[in-house]
Amino acid sequence: MAEPFLIGESMTGGYGGADILHDCTIAVEKGQIAVIVGPNGAGKSTAMKAVFGMLKLRLGTVRLAGEDITALTPQARVSKGMGFVPQTSNIFPSMTVEENLEMGAFIRRDEIRATMEQVYELFPILRDKRRQAAGELSGGQRQQVAVGRALMTQPSVLMLDEPTAGVSPIVMDELFDRIIEIARTGISILMVEQNARQALEIADKGYVLVQGENRYTDTGQALLADPDVRKSFLGG
Amino acid sequence: MSLTARDLGLFAIMFAVLAMVAMFQSPQLAVTILNMSLISAIMALGVNMQWGYAGLFNVGIMGFTAVGGLAVVLVAQPPVPEAWAAGGLGILLGLMLGVATILGAVVVYKRMAPGRMRGAAIFAVVAVGYLVTSQVFGPAKQAVQAVNPASEGYLGGAGLPVILAWPVGAVFAAGVAWLVGKVSLGLRSDYLAIATLGISEIVIAVLKHERWLARGVNNVTGIERPVARPIELQPVPWVQSLAETLGWSVSQTASVVSGLGYSALFLIVLAILIWLAERALNSPWGRMMRAIRDNEVSARAMGKDVTRRHLMIFVLGSAVCGLAGAMMVSMDGQLTPGSYEPLRFTFLIWVMVIVGGSGNNWGAVLGAFVIWFLWVQVEPAGRWFMDMVTSGMALDSDLRRHLLDSAAYMRLLTMGVALLLMLRFAPRGLIPER
Amino acid sequence: MEPLNALVSVSNFMLIPAFAYGSQLALGALGITLIFSILRFAHFAHGDTMALGTAAVIGGTFFLQAQGVTIGRLPTALLAIPFGIVVMILYLLAADKLVYKYFRKVKAKPLTFVMASLGVMFVTNGITRLFMGVGETRFEDGERFLFTVREFRDWSGLAEGMALRSAQAITILTALIVMVALFWFLNRTRAGKSMRAYSDNEDLALLSGINPERVVVITWTITAILLVLAGTLYGLDKGFRPFNYFQLLLPMFAAAILGGLGSPLGAIVGAYVVAFAEMGITYAWRRVFGYLMPDGLEPTSMMQLLPVDYKFAVTFAILVIVLLFRPTGIFKGKVL
Repeated sequence: MAEPFLIGESMTGGYGGADILHDCTIAVEKGQIAVIVGPNGAGKSTAMKAVFGMLKLRLGTVRLAGEDITALTPQARVSKGMGFVPQTSNIFPSMTVEENLEMGAFIRRDEIRATMEQVYELFPILRDKRRQAAGELSGGQRQQVAVGRALMTQPSVLMLDEPTAGVSPIVMDELFDRIIEIARTGISILMVEQNARQALEIADKGYVLVQGENRYTDTGQALLADPDVRKSFLGG
Repeated sequence: MSLTARDLGLFAIMFAVLAMVAMFQSPQLAVTILNMSLISAIMALGVNMQWGYAGLFNVGIMGFTAVGGLAVVLVAQPPVPEAWAAGGLGILLGLMLGVATILGAVVVYKRMAPGRMRGAAIFAVVAVGYLVTSQVFGPAKQAVQAVNPASEGYLGGAGLPVILAWPVGAVFAAGVAWLVGKVSLGLRSDYLAIATLGISEIVIAVLKHERWLARGVNNVTGIERPVARPIELQPVPWVQSLAETLGWSVSQTASVVSGLGYSALFLIVLAILIWLAERALNSPWGRMMRAIRDNEVSARAMGKDVTRRHLMIFVLGSAVCGLAGAMMVSMDGQLTPGSYEPLRFTFLIWVMVIVGGSGNNWGAVLGAFVIWFLWVQVEPAGRWFMDMVTSGMALDSDLRRHLLDSAAYMRLLTMGVALLLMLRFAPRGLIPER
Repeated sequence: MEPLNALVSVSNFMLIPAFAYGSQLALGALGITLIFSILRFAHFAHGDTMALGTAAVIGGTFFLQAQGVTIGRLPTALLAIPFGIVVMILYLLAADKLVYKYFRKVKAKPLTFVMASLGVMFVTNGITRLFMGVGETRFEDGERFLFTVREFRDWSGLAEGMALRSAQAITILTALIVMVALFWFLNRTRAGKSMRAYSDNEDLALLSGINPERVVVITWTITAILLVLAGTLYGLDKGFRPFNYFQLLLPMFAAAILGGLGSPLGAIVGAYVVAFAEMGITYAWRRVFGYLMPDGLEPTSMMQLLPVDYKFAVTFAILVIVLLFRPTGIFKGKVL
């Protein structure tokens, strides 16, 4: 099997104290959606942060398009084409929507208008609100700003930490639709989700983590069909 | 009271240095430094309670010490009957009217529903209250200030023994601290700093301006002292024989003896305060205070009323500063509002606390000694340094004169550098908290 | 009733001076609010740094005057301002490198930064006095008045006169230009936006590739410009005494808090509110009301609410009211 586009392989480590991740592997193919699910405290967000370089790995490597990026800082990974949307505090609240997008493209020196147009096409509501302070928007719209900001660097991988936390079910469906659309443009998506069932439905690949270890790994559909997974993690 | 050998060593070095000052400079100077160090130590102790135990940042130490100093005048000075007859009642009535106005505004604020009506009502209360108050207060004040203005022109004090003024000074400062704390505690930590900075400026403005109270910038001098004055000691036989034994002049001996009298009094106060402070720090109460300081959020979550505790310690610490302020005025025998400068009375105390070791009472005391010693000695050292630097220049050169004149400001620089170095390289101070 | 005379009188003694003073405070409070929103601490060395910056400008002015360089009717100090700004940029950046940077690296508590700024305050204070002493230095030259009381009276034919001092006019004009420029910078330029982003959300700014150290450098640079301008304008208007600059701390902080710490617009509004309140409450309104009231009903007292010595009490009262009723300030600053 060919090497996946982005892979965090056999990751072991934590935030300085005891290890949270134990030999955990997460990968995503080009243009596909990979979802990390699992119970609370399973290390889902930690695994994603490890891939993004926000915690130090004791063992294991992270590779992007075959290149070993384990030693890079998160900022350097952004320059390499990784976009990250944190779960909370993921916008600049006092700045306008448009300025949020501009700040997303801060490291770019070329013309950003076209990218901004693409974001507005993806999230039309943001175009209407582009002169409004992002902090004044609704929860769902803020998430759109956050995703839009991360897209401004034209990343090859977009990482989302619980993008649907705290938004209504309708908005959640809408957001998932947008995420599929983003994946279709060739961007790989790696996301952590609390709403496991819906997330697995759109996932090409699903990772069920328990206590920092891979418990089940399969396609999203296969995981949804697996009776063990259904019983333990999807509420029957 | 846990002092390690190292701490004792530091204190020993400090006293050896003072002894050297007595030997090589002059015994009077050594005693003066000792006494101001003791007073500063008490101020530092008060600040350390607020900062070291509770993390409160008080930038109004000057105000609290000045209020304490005012207490000395109000307690110890003889009353001025003519002034009381001229306008004493009017002033008291005016003050009461002023307080009534504020209370009235507060009552309106609390009773009425929010809205434009309430705003108008508050404004009306304040406006009417102000007019009535100033009608009563203004003429009374003028009358009092007109009574024998060259030496009096104020209401005078209660004519009580001066020692009584010390606790009264503490109570005064506590009252002011309560008001400030009530407003600014429970908000961002730097708000308290700015509020205390403001109140201390206002206290000084009141002292300077309200001549009926303590003669304002005309100063109150010749306040009764708790210790015999040098001039009274000179004819005393044992002082004279002591002078003979030591081979000093009688006047020098008398002033050293008088100074040491103060030292003894101050030492007693300092010892009592340290004893109380150490006991408090190591009691369950002290542990709770430090727990709050180290993690306010979890203390709040455990149901502690953090703001209330903070108010308590803020009031206590300020009271200690007020006590020290009263002691200082009774040592000088005069209240000179013009001499209160924030750099000297607020920020220097802070340098003492940080250098000494915040959170440690002994550290605050040692810091007070070290920093006061430097404060006094850096100026002559700076002068000496400037003399060296300028010795090659022409005697009448402007630059030389300028440099010599500015030697005095070397000590500000030194203090700043000392503070920054401590913060950077030894943030826990000379005697760290344990 | 002579409302025109009343207006002229109140303008001359109250409105114009308060407007000038407010502009000076605004420039100072802007610096405080910027440092607060980027470096996140209350900068106690602000007043004394202002004094040092002004001292540098005065030094430059005296040098220029000695060389015989003047700019006609304008104060020579204006020519020395760039020099003062350069000196202060270097000074503040040096202070940052030697003092604050370390505390940022170890992620010290905000109050440690405040303590450190006390240390910087002492040092700055000492340096200023080494150069300038503690007395008053006047450095205003050129034409003192745009128009004098007499000229105004002759021109208008009113009983009341009004004068406009050059220092006041320059202050107001400069402050307006600087404020517009600052807002343009913050809202329109990449560097300005990166500052706002950093102030809004430090972590996300980092993720977006904004270099925090660069933001810090820009902040100190702008602060230096604001400081030197504020200090010089204040000194031109009222004369230079180091201690007065220290005392400006209280009204500047009050202005920044009143407007909402971290909000530049708030700092400006707050500064004018503080200035007009200070001047209005300590101003003797007798003359104004003398003109406004019908004949025979002129006030007999001074109609001064508080003596001038209590202008800090006014500031303090404003501060207390804000802290009690709206600690976030008018424009909702950051409150932790």
